[in-house]
Amino acid sequence: MKECYLGVDIGSISTKGVIIDNNNKIITSAYIWTEGNPVEAVRKLLNILKDKLPKQYQVKGIGTTGSARKLIGLMLKACIVKNEITAHAIGTLTFYPNVRTILEIGGQDSKIILIKNGIITNYAMNTLCAAGTGSFLSSQAKRLGIKVEDFGDYALKSKNPVKIAARCTVFAESDLVHKSQVGYAKEDIIAGLCKSVVLNYLNNVGKGKKIVGPIIFQGGVSKNKGVVKYFKEILKEDIIVDENSHLMGAIGIAVLARRNKTGHTYSLELKNVKFITKAFECHRCPNTCELLKIYRNDELVDSWGSKCGKY
Amino acid sequence: MIKIAFPHMGDYHIPANYLLSHIFPNTIVIKAPKITSKTIELGTKHSPEFVCTPFKYTLGTMIECLDEGANILIQMGGGCRYGYYAELQEKILKDLDYNCKVINLVTEGQTNIKRINNLLKQIDPKYSKIKALYYGFITLKMVKYMDKIDDYIRENIGFELTVGSFESLKEEMLITFSHVKSYKELYRAYKRYLKKFHNIKVHKPDNRLKIGIIGELYTIMEPFSNYYLEKELAKHHIEIKRFTNVHYLLFEKAHKYKKYKKYSKEYFTYNMGADASDNIARSKYLCEHNYDGIIHIKSSFCTPEIGAMPIINKIASFYHKPVLFFSFDSATSETGINTRLEAFYDMLEMRKDK
Repeated sequence: MKECYLGVDIGSISTKGVIIDNNNKIITSAYIWTEGNPVEAVRKLLNILKDKLPKQYQVKGIGTTGSARKLIGLMLKACIVKNEITAHAIGTLTFYPNVRTILEIGGQDSKIILIKNGIITNYAMNTLCAAGTGSFLSSQAKRLGIKVEDFGDYALKSKNPVKIAARCTVFAESDLVHKSQVGYAKEDIIAGLCKSVVLNYLNNVGKGKKIVGPIIFQGGVSKNKGVVKYFKEILKEDIIVDENSHLMGAIGIAVLARRNKTGHTYSLELKNVKFITKAFECHRCPNTCELLKIYRNDELVDSWGSKCGKY
Repeated sequence: MIKIAFPHMGDYHIPANYLLSHIFPNTIVIKAPKITSKTIELGTKHSPEFVCTPFKYTLGTMIECLDEGANILIQMGGGCRYGYYAELQEKILKDLDYNCKVINLVTEGQTNIKRINNLLKQIDPKYSKIKALYYGFITLKMVKYMDKIDDYIRENIGFELTVGSFESLKEEMLITFSHVKSYKELYRAYKRYLKKFHNIKVHKPDNRLKIGIIGELYTIMEPFSNYYLEKELAKHHIEIKRFTNVHYLLFEKAHKYKKYKKYSKEYFTYNMGADASDNIARSKYLCEHNYDGIIHIKSSFCTPEIGAMPIINKIASFYHKPVLFFSFDSATSETGINTRLEAFYDMLEMRKDK
């Protein structure tokens, strides 16, 4: 039997799973929508991965990252649960040891990671709002009546992108409506949107950070050719987009799972695992903490949200 | 009947309560309820939207105290917007139909004995000056001892062998402090507890991480408003250095300014208000003294600290040290803080392992 390691990245919009072998080679991967239900999404994801995984492999470690990392970590009994910043850096470094800057735009957040000699030296994450992240782009695509996957192609067609006030999602949307109502072409608006995502990113997340090459762009939005084009244009540097750029977080956490293996063998079968969360509000003090109790196979495994530590 | 109350800040309600109840034996000192989510909700509801967060916290506590029957509230003032808190809060409370008086002990960032005397006379015309001086002295010493012990705790709590031993001993100490009758008793209690704290077994590895926390004073000193940042760091076995405490603000700040200015003269020439200049000098100090990273915290819309942030960034990049900025508001997401903190910790570990 050969050993392999599973990394699961449960983001706000999409859930990613990657299985790697001992040489960090990707054996199989899956990418599905979270649809607001991480537990169900992970069940689906593991079903896909289970069918795709060749029979001679045995899962020796599981790692989780992304915004639902803690919950899914409990569900899968993961050997490592890590934040997405570290996971992305580790994933990228396994394939590009010389990288200096990682630009990442995901569904709800965007981050920049600066690396020197293979270690993270600084990072930043968006603090203002979701303007210029994947969920904003996909909601705008829906409004304009095109698929978000085609966004990049539309943007590349444009010759004069319009200027859009994209500081905040609400203002950006009203500006977009205004621009289309006064008669700008669709591709110019889309190109303008892509450009404003880049400008917004550099002014907010990238503020005060020295961006040096090689630069790698990843996260779901890196699949958008329009955004890549404007990053190149504005930074005047080459931007590398890996074919697995959307999976980098999952790869990173799989690598970390390999480094932290315990010897335990995991099963990808979740049919027999009952996993329920129960939410309630505690009224013992005016804090009124929102508590969440997590049950795995009817056994209480953890409870979150208590400020006083009673639960 | 006069009932006095004051807003919370860290553990300083204990010396404040001690002082007031000894100077005014004929009045009732109301212990403000602990800060909870309800406090900040109340404060946010009645505050201007873009005021700094300490205003909201203190206003929330004031309303809670008034509901318990207080009619005189005590507020301090500092060298920034903090200086106008008392007046504005009194106006807001009066608009809410509360019958109360807000007394500002520190105006224009300075304390004036004569003015304080007049203010105290307003509360109780027959208060004894000698008693006030004596208990004032004890209270200031109490603050000093508490801050000294806190400094020791911060350096060691991340490495305690039995989790919670520091915290439970500190609680015991604060109760003892609040019942002392004379300075001698206080001093003896301090010495006794200092020994006890030193006797708590800790395991401090040589390659431990050391972080300096700088930033706006209220957010630093009130753990509820910084989402228990120090506790979170201690869980990761990190040694913490913090400069700001009440003793510093009362006795050290004024004469340290000149030293700080000379020390970091390449970064600022004029006083930037509140603690901004201090924090610039401190970040240089932390970078030069082998600290692994800096965490800068402030409440949202804190103008002096916003002015200091680009300079701190510059210092940090000059010394190749990472710095993490946090802005806390009434609507900050705890998950966001934890993710950033965890990543910061991972980064420091990676740098250390290099």
